[in-house]
Amino acid sequence: MKYGFYPGCSLHSTAKEYNSSTKGVAKNFGIELVEIKDWICCGATSGHTTFNYLSLALPAENMNSVKKDGLSELAVCCAACFNRLKVANHVISNEPDKKEKINEIIKSKYDGDIKVKHFLEILVKDYTLEKISEKILKKLNGLKVACYYGCLLVRPDKIMRFDDPENPMIMDNLISALGAEPVDWSFKTECCGASFSLTKTDSVLRLGNDILRGAKETEAECIAVACPLCQSNLDLRQKSIERKYNEKYNLPVFYFTQLVGLALGIDKKELGLEKLMINPEKLLHEKNII
Amino acid sequence: MRIGVFVCHCGTNISFTVDVERVAKEISKLHHVLVSKDYKYMCSDPGQRMIASAIKNEKIDRVVVAACSPRLHEKTFQKCLENNNLNPYMIEIANIREQCSWVHEDKEKATKKAIDIIRLLVAKVSSNKPLFKRQVPIEKKALMIGGGIAGIQAAIDIGTAGYRVILVEREPSIGGRMAQLDKTFPTLDCAACILTPKMVTVSQEPNIQIHTYSEVEEVSGFIGNFTVKIRKKARSVDMSKCTGCGICWQKCPTKVSFEFDHGLGERKAIYVPFPQAVPNKPVIDRTVCRYFTAGKCKLCEKLCSAGAINYEQKDEIIEEKVGAIVVATGIELFDHSVYGEYGSGKYKNVITGLQFERMINSSGPTAGKIVRPSDKKEVESVVFIQCVGSRDEAKGVAYCSRLCCMYTAKHALLLKEHYPNAKAYVFYIDIRAAGKNYEEFVKRAQDEYRVLYLRGRVSKIFSRKDKLVVSGADTLSGTKVEIETDLVVLVSALIPRYDAVKIAQMLGIPYDKNRFFTELHAKLAPSETVSNGIFIAGACQFPKDIPDTVGTASSAAAKVLNIFAQDSLTTEPIIASIKERICNGCFDCKVVCPFNAIEETITRDKRKVAKIIESICHGCGLCATTCRVGAIDLDGFTNEQIMAEINAL
Repeated sequence: MKYGFYPGCSLHSTAKEYNSSTKGVAKNFGIELVEIKDWICCGATSGHTTFNYLSLALPAENMNSVKKDGLSELAVCCAACFNRLKVANHVISNEPDKKEKINEIIKSKYDGDIKVKHFLEILVKDYTLEKISEKILKKLNGLKVACYYGCLLVRPDKIMRFDDPENPMIMDNLISALGAEPVDWSFKTECCGASFSLTKTDSVLRLGNDILRGAKETEAECIAVACPLCQSNLDLRQKSIERKYNEKYNLPVFYFTQLVGLALGIDKKELGLEKLMINPEKLLHEKNII
Repeated sequence: MRIGVFVCHCGTNISFTVDVERVAKEISKLHHVLVSKDYKYMCSDPGQRMIASAIKNEKIDRVVVAACSPRLHEKTFQKCLENNNLNPYMIEIANIREQCSWVHEDKEKATKKAIDIIRLLVAKVSSNKPLFKRQVPIEKKALMIGGGIAGIQAAIDIGTAGYRVILVEREPSIGGRMAQLDKTFPTLDCAACILTPKMVTVSQEPNIQIHTYSEVEEVSGFIGNFTVKIRKKARSVDMSKCTGCGICWQKCPTKVSFEFDHGLGERKAIYVPFPQAVPNKPVIDRTVCRYFTAGKCKLCEKLCSAGAINYEQKDEIIEEKVGAIVVATGIELFDHSVYGEYGSGKYKNVITGLQFERMINSSGPTAGKIVRPSDKKEVESVVFIQCVGSRDEAKGVAYCSRLCCMYTAKHALLLKEHYPNAKAYVFYIDIRAAGKNYEEFVKRAQDEYRVLYLRGRVSKIFSRKDKLVVSGADTLSGTKVEIETDLVVLVSALIPRYDAVKIAQMLGIPYDKNRFFTELHAKLAPSETVSNGIFIAGACQFPKDIPDTVGTASSAAAKVLNIFAQDSLTTEPIIASIKERICNGCFDCKVVCPFNAIEETITRDKRKVAKIIESICHGCGLCATTCRVGAIDLDGFTNEQIMAEINAL
């Protein structure tokens, strides 16, 4: 199994632990991730709020590089990158006028034919849960996990075609396969506020509070995410949220790859657990996971 | 041969794009054409008088009218010929409006095309032969499929007019959806109080024979002469012996979820669906009965003093001859589980409008109490969400289900009447209250009963402790609202019965993309279907409230009575005929005939050949095009006529 790998800016900066845990898990499963040469910005946030063609041409250029590398499938971890890449493919495949202009901008001919896959899909659909179960060394028994998908993975459904946009289950199924217990909760695809973290912090605190409260109410002990922005808004901001709303959550926010890594017995250093703001050590000890 | 051609301007509908005068002039040059005229409106009296005078003075014996589609005025002009002692089939209509002027812009080209079209019909009419209508007898008995208020009303109308009716209902009792309802808008009279007298009337009318727990399985034949097969499902109860005393269903040990209450209540394995059921005699549900599933019990048989229980009873197929059919199969609720944001059906306290209706009904599962299904606690607040599935092309149906605004207002009002301190919220997109006293009724719910209407969609329902939280937008105040509530009522879209397509195919009537049965004409023939003698009534055509349902039922009944009032039916002579001499007996025609109008016969020289059953043939022409040896001709569209047209081109 060989995929092009697009880390995006966050996996090389704020979400280094997502990067290292993904690579650790991939190596363990024998999934080859080839980082694409000279990758550039995916066009998220500042790109697509300022100039539509820029936000389409940037991902197109990236996917064109995948093609040049002789690969047909691209693995992505960040939900925002995943969304931009898929949107660009959708536009290029369905709107010939725009396709022409995009190809003009990237000075190449890209047809929208690179298959973009989130690493979650690669694990669950391509590698399959059965094979994952076989490789597990340490079941995450008794760990109650709220699987949080955020909005960008599943929406807009017409383009993303990822999972049920209201009640996605792909991460829940993966977490179950690890031996942990995904909780049935109602905030799986609520918005976390994403990049408004810096410009409209109050809104992000309010949204984060709704999500954390929703998780706590179903007695989840931690949250699993698949997006660096979701992670930082729930983890980094958790203390501020607790202060502002006078609550006590203390919910570690893991990347799903970290939980898979724990079940595979990958070293916690490699998984970057120490980078989490809400320290998971105590919880993981209690559950006999580390 | 003397042909007259009459070219219509249709106001400017035709003459705007076709140079009609030039057309008439060009056509007048054709062989055998003695008269070629144009006129502003050929269908008008002066227009028809032009034809009449040409028949009288120029002695023309065949006519071509170049005008609109034959669907519109062919009959008018046929009548005109008939009144002037010319066989009505000596006419051809050249459609130069729908098939020429309306669809073209270039006047020169359109004019040429109009001339071509008329030339073809002149060639065709040259080989027309007089045809004569036939009379077929009528079986003056009607079949109602569906025993809801529509079927009941139509049956009463036809039955009391003196004709026999067979009413077939698949449930154990007639009554349909209306029997499930509590009160009816906008007058708030109780549904049972106005329905049950009708049910009694229909059951006591000697002309009406009711088959409940039965389904129509096969329909063949044609208007005036249908043959239907009805499966009378085994009730396991001898109807002639049963007194309806009720001991069997009181003592039956098996309890199951009750479909009539939409899962809120329970019934026994032997049951009558509701106290006023007609017939008030039970059926045994063999899929759950202990005797049928485990082989022992027979408690009902032991208790029945009338000896009416009969476990050996078998399904019975009966055959009936009827002259007309009214389809009134009704509607059901859209499955809201596609709405993940509303819990996909996982929250017990998210219910449908029909479940609310059953609860608030004093003979329903909670005897009129509105409770949370999760813990049976009476509610303090209820949120109604309108348009769940309706007006939602992404997840539901594109259309407005028409009744929901009204019954939601009724539910909210009834809730406040039962629980004056309870809070009632209604989320809506638009309020559609078009009907007599409807808008006033909604206003009453809003003003007098203080039901809070919020204009906006609900984005999510989630649970918080034992309550539900409804999160949505109030677009009028521009705010996001979050309401903690005990119960949420999803006002789901109304869709045709799950097996509507099967019924349509059995009857040979069309249905639309939403599976509703299609009327013959949306405005001018709303009760008829393309199949003569088959009519539609009630909500199987489109969601209808009770007044509209009763109206359409009576309309369908009137159409049936219109047929029965005639001594015999006049049928079109445009049917197929077989030349015995040429037929080689391959019977490919029999295979393709959709009406089973072809039978085998033996000629005098002992050859097996095909024969058209004239009374059944619809003149579709399939057999004529299939016949490889050219033995079959369709009168009015003979091979000779078609070839003449092609040659003229």
